[in-house]
Amino acid sequence: MPEIKVTPLGAGQDVGRSCILVSIAGKNVMLDCGMHMGYNDDRRFPDFSYITQNGRLTDFLDCVIISHFHLDHCGALPYFSEMVGYDGPIYMTHPTKAICPILLEDYRKITVDKKGETNFFTSQMIKDCMKKVVAVHLHQTVQVDEELEIKAYYAGHVLGAAMFQIKVGCESVVYTGDYNMTPDRHLGAAWIDKCRPDLLISESTYATTIRDSKRCRERDFLKKVHETVERGGKVLIPVFALGRAQELCILFGTFWERMNLKAPIYFSTGLTEKANHYYKLFITWTNQKIRKTFVQRNMFEFKHIKAFDRAFADNPGPMVVFATPGMLHAGQSLQIFRKWAGNEKNMVIMPGYCVQGTVGHKILSGQRKLEMEGRQILEVKMQVEYMSFSAHADAKGIMQLIRQAEPRNVLLVHGEAKKMEFLKQKIEQEFHVSCFMPANGETTTILTNPCIPVDISLGLLKRETAIGPLPDAKKPKLMHGTLLMKDNSFRLVSPEQALKELGLAEHQLRFTCRVHIQDPRKEHETVLRVYNHLKGILKDYSVQHLPDGSITVESILIQATAHSEDQGTKVLLVSWTYQ
Amino acid sequence: MAAHLKKRVYEEFTKVVQQQHEDLSTKKLRLTKPSKSAALHVDLCKATSPADALQYLLQFARKPVEVESVEGVVRILLEHYYKENDASVRLKIASLLGLLSKTAGFSPDCIMDDAINTLQNEKSHQVLAQLLDTLLVIGTKLPENPSVRMRLVEVACKHLTDSSHGVRNKCLQLIGCLGPVEKGVAKEAESQAAKDVQKIIGDHFNDQDPRVRTAAIKAMLQLHERGLKLQQAIYSQACKLLADDYEQVRSAAVQLIWVLSQLYPESIVPIPSSNEEIRLVDDAFGKICHMVSDGSWVVRVQAAKLLGSMQQVSSHFLEQTLDKKLMSDLRRKRTAHERAKELYSSGEFSSGRKWGDDAPKEEIDTGAVNLIESGACGAFVHGLEDEMYEVRIAAVEALCMLAQSSPSFAEKCLDFLVDMFNDEIEEVRLQSIHTMRKISNNITLREDQLDTVLAVLEDSSRDIREALHELLCCTNVSTKEGIHLALVELLKNLTKYPTDRESIWKCLKFLGSRHPTLVLPLVPELLSTHPFFDTPEPDMDDPAYIAVLVLIFNAAKSCPTMPALFSDHTFRHYAYLRDSLSHLVPALRLPGRKLVSSAVSPSITPHEDPSQQFLHQSLERVYNFQHLDPRGIQELLEFTIRDLQRLGELQSELAGMADFTATYLQCQLLLIKALQEKLWNVAAPLYLKQNALASAAAKQILEETYKMEFMYSGVESRQVVIIHHMRLQAKALQLIVTARTTRGVEPLFGMCEKFLQEVDSFQRCFISELPHMQGSFVDKLLDLMPRLVTSKPSEVVKILQTTLRQSTFLHLPLPEQLHRATANIIEPTGESDNPLRFTSGLVVALDVDATLEHVQDPQGTVKVQVLYPDGQAQLIHPKPADFRNPGPGRHRLITQVYLSHTAWTEPCQIEVRLLLAYNSNRSKASTRIPKSTWSESLEALPPSENGIEGTIPFSKPVKVYIMPKPARR
Repeated sequence: MPEIKVTPLGAGQDVGRSCILVSIAGKNVMLDCGMHMGYNDDRRFPDFSYITQNGRLTDFLDCVIISHFHLDHCGALPYFSEMVGYDGPIYMTHPTKAICPILLEDYRKITVDKKGETNFFTSQMIKDCMKKVVAVHLHQTVQVDEELEIKAYYAGHVLGAAMFQIKVGCESVVYTGDYNMTPDRHLGAAWIDKCRPDLLISESTYATTIRDSKRCRERDFLKKVHETVERGGKVLIPVFALGRAQELCILFGTFWERMNLKAPIYFSTGLTEKANHYYKLFITWTNQKIRKTFVQRNMFEFKHIKAFDRAFADNPGPMVVFATPGMLHAGQSLQIFRKWAGNEKNMVIMPGYCVQGTVGHKILSGQRKLEMEGRQILEVKMQVEYMSFSAHADAKGIMQLIRQAEPRNVLLVHGEAKKMEFLKQKIEQEFHVSCFMPANGETTTILTNPCIPVDISLGLLKRETAIGPLPDAKKPKLMHGTLLMKDNSFRLVSPEQALKELGLAEHQLRFTCRVHIQDPRKEHETVLRVYNHLKGILKDYSVQHLPDGSITVESILIQATAHSEDQGTKVLLVSWTYQ
Repeated sequence: MAAHLKKRVYEEFTKVVQQQHEDLSTKKLRLTKPSKSAALHVDLCKATSPADALQYLLQFARKPVEVESVEGVVRILLEHYYKENDASVRLKIASLLGLLSKTAGFSPDCIMDDAINTLQNEKSHQVLAQLLDTLLVIGTKLPENPSVRMRLVEVACKHLTDSSHGVRNKCLQLIGCLGPVEKGVAKEAESQAAKDVQKIIGDHFNDQDPRVRTAAIKAMLQLHERGLKLQQAIYSQACKLLADDYEQVRSAAVQLIWVLSQLYPESIVPIPSSNEEIRLVDDAFGKICHMVSDGSWVVRVQAAKLLGSMQQVSSHFLEQTLDKKLMSDLRRKRTAHERAKELYSSGEFSSGRKWGDDAPKEEIDTGAVNLIESGACGAFVHGLEDEMYEVRIAAVEALCMLAQSSPSFAEKCLDFLVDMFNDEIEEVRLQSIHTMRKISNNITLREDQLDTVLAVLEDSSRDIREALHELLCCTNVSTKEGIHLALVELLKNLTKYPTDRESIWKCLKFLGSRHPTLVLPLVPELLSTHPFFDTPEPDMDDPAYIAVLVLIFNAAKSCPTMPALFSDHTFRHYAYLRDSLSHLVPALRLPGRKLVSSAVSPSITPHEDPSQQFLHQSLERVYNFQHLDPRGIQELLEFTIRDLQRLGELQSELAGMADFTATYLQCQLLLIKALQEKLWNVAAPLYLKQNALASAAAKQILEETYKMEFMYSGVESRQVVIIHHMRLQAKALQLIVTARTTRGVEPLFGMCEKFLQEVDSFQRCFISELPHMQGSFVDKLLDLMPRLVTSKPSEVVKILQTTLRQSTFLHLPLPEQLHRATANIIEPTGESDNPLRFTSGLVVALDVDATLEHVQDPQGTVKVQVLYPDGQAQLIHPKPADFRNPGPGRHRLITQVYLSHTAWTEPCQIEVRLLLAYNSNRSKASTRIPKSTWSESLEALPPSENGIEGTIPFSKPVKVYIMPKPARR
């Protein structure tokens, strides 16, 4: 029985370090190659020695696919390809290929320059690694080799995020990466056709969450900002450079335009500006609104948003500032926060999750007095808001995707074990498909029942369908033909054709049967009697008496001979062909 | 020389002969013209290769064919069809057959047998499909022939087993369009095909080809449209098709399900996998709701649209569509809507400034959570959050329709609609505002909802703001704080966008009159009066102050205690506003003040407005002027016209009526004045100069009559007759004046004839109205007609002159409703001192924004005119999409006008104005008279007479300062 084997090296019942090995019909594919944000030791990268102890990775893997540019999906790529050594093809979408190196470089800088680690990949390695990347378009079927083909589907989540279908022959696997089923300000919703894969590997970050409508949250968010700005207050929004930041910029840009507001919006420069260029370029990857209006104005050319300068923080009057990093733990956002925290007119909005121990986390949990370095006490008078803008599919979204794709099996990764358990149970209950949730290093084997394509000549097909009632493709149909297995291909041909090709002579099979009758009369009289009798019974068939003394009923032949020993016994020979 | 002469003679001779022939020439030409069929035949015979033949056929197809020759052409085509070996040529012939049988006036039953015969031996699937298409055309041309249809359906059934999808497609289409609709017919015919078309089509719901499946469903829908009652048994089949792999099949299946749900709403269907049963319409509703989260957006749009029209669905199912349960880490979470509601009911005003305000509360039983909703659950929640705006708009529309029929649902969907005010696409926002307005009778806005609604007032799009004002006009607000909030936000809007003034005042007018009791406690605060101290008098010209007053005065109308709270200056301001903004400020019963309404004696029935009475009285007076001397008549007319004009200014609802009559009287006045001229007594040519007045009068009357006919909506045929009559009089006047001023009779011949023709056509057009016109100009003229036709022009003129003087003044009956088309250019304002600079030779776009009222078919009639200082005029036709229709009778033109000119030395003003184009061809009179008369008159009248086109300026011109600069080298 053919099977598909899946082994997560990372992201199995866990978030971060996504790396999943799939072997399908003799092909080995690695999905994603991420790092783990929680670790600083060897555990931050997947254990590639699992794949092979001493052989070359290239010999074992047919290809590597990266779903999107987040570091937990691509962070280990230079290490994997340059330091461990992999020379095969790496597939990712165009935007991912463009933005991924920026993030990798940033990651390298922080690890090497700031933390002073050695034995880490270098800039050159990132460049070399990117040379091995093959970029793909949406819905483009890429033949990796003769049998293996991959195809990308839109996944929302971040710019360039894609779901991949991996197909060998009739067997296929869909890997979703991270995806989002509800559209946001700059990206559309994930979409897949009814491709009915054997296995769907889905993320399950929000396996136990059903979210409120985006519009409500946005409105609240904008209303608060609007009120603050009208009061003359300053708004600080700590963000990470990519993804959410662009969404918020669009949100603010359009709102400012709609409401004709004049207060300045600033964006702390750096990474973002570079990334914005790519956002402008990859308009086709964004949502309907941006795609439709970019001819008039590219939404990523933020008209109201200007670059921030350190000196602006002391300017009087209202303003909105986006600053990095997102958790208020260091850098510009923290500096601005310190300046503005004392005024109750001001506001800080945390648009995402904050790790314990950061200033962001502290203020979100309601702490109003913060101890800064140097024993300073900072009193926080400004308002603190929390707004969740996460771009993962919620439980409903995951179910919706499964409904769209109609897989035969589902496998959950990229989530917490407890939450997965719930979703797994739901999936099995609703769709009646088996669902798996392997831990890291655990191999799941899925038996498939692939269909085997067989070539058939058009003539034969037409001839066979012409017999019988209406062609009704929804029901299986019985056909006569000969299956030829030759040179690794299957063909269904007509028997004559098969004989000809194989150079065999046709043999006819006849069945005979002797019946002894006690009849003292002459042979031909017996024959005549039988003939008359048959003629009497089988009125609808053609019964013939041939001159040589035999009777034919259609293709059945009857002959009568006297028994060699006993003349009184006649032997009737009945012979018929196989039909 | 002689020879030459001889030649000349012959030449002339032949010429004469030709002239003799000319009388018959038209007929002769038609006879000798080579028949179309013959030409085609020759062409096709000449064709050496299939490609050639195809070319000939293509050329042939470009030209129309006369009805008489269609049959011949068809025969030739068929002949070639049998001979032809090439499939593409046969295909073209088949399609030509279809085209030809479409020819108007041709009855294709004579070629039907041949067309069916061609099917027999055809091998090519494409040609077969095309032939079936031709048969379909033939069948549709013969609607009253059931046996033919029966035969065609039979043919189609025979070909249903074809292996090509195209042929099966066409067969199904044919059956759908021609299949027997009544049961009785089918039984009589007893043919195979008539068994049951529904069964035949239903069998193809499972065809292997999605295109055929789609065609089958479409055929079924077609049958339904033609009046066949579909069987309920199809429902289960259709439900299976909802899960089809192909979007067009699903989309059609959704339609079919909807149709069935409308046919059998109350039937009971079982729920699979349980032994419960529900109504069919509920089941169908659930299934269609499910399709709102389909993978293809085309299907989603379709499903969302259809939901709106399923009004028989039970409220229990309906309310499920808005259902959503949130959870976070398996704990139940409240939605923002629920939280807002709770905050509101607990009396606290929006805090929501804490993290974890939305923290999940109770644990959820994992078994009870239903992630994939069965049926209707949350369909609209999905639809409104869809990524395609087409789906969102469809969902909003559906919400609107459902909410209109169910008040409880309206109440529930309010939160979602309010959310949609925040959509990123303007069309969606606009649509949801309109929707809210439509259902506003059923709802009362909570304060927090009102807050969200009002936030949109700051939107920079004018359309949105105006739609919102409209919405506020008919919203119910529950508390006085709500009113206050609305007022504050509207005033904010006013300061931000001063151009919204009118719209905001209007909005406040309705807000005040709807909520008098809520406004009452706010009055002291709004007027900033103080029990002890006098407060300074506010500025009367401040639009914001006027806005507040409009609100208060309208509330005071139904709240008699309110005026007691006013201070002195408020009363003064009231008097001023009542006069200057009478359409916004109602008449109030103020203490110690005489009111227009109080002066009216109680004997008058309430519905009869005194001003309307005044109008009628003054008209009555005018119509009885016959016994007055000419001087008196003129004076009376002048006074009445003045009265009417003033009345029109004061009473906006009577403006149309007053203007209309005033114009009519004006015409009469002009006519009388012209006829009073002394010149008539003097020998004609000496008084060329005085004639200027009469001819100008005639011209003006003509113009005014066109205005009367085309600028007013609600003009009935009774009025049109009078208008045309007045025009006829003006033309008579013109004729007389010309006769007096020109020497010689030559030009008069033509003019007289034309005039008589006009009289003739007038008579024919308005024959039914003539009895009402006793003693009028036309009446007398028609009596004299036999004499006029035979007499000389000078005599005609004389007769006309006397008839014109003796004829009586016709009463103008007034219609129920009469509105004058008006236009007001909002933008450009014409106040700017900054010239619009542009390089000469290039174009500059000028934004024009105007409101049009009571214009019928503005897309066709309204034009923009630009007048340059050099007298050059430019007429611009705005695109149909530039017109919006915010309300009945009102239109809004927002367009761009492209200007260009050669360089000027200094900036100068151009004029922009709106024109109303008319065409007497489309005259209201002609559309109203019965068809037969119309076609007659069309034949009889020379075309030039019919096509008088012109334009009426109907807006004040606006000046725009522009400056084309010379281009830099």
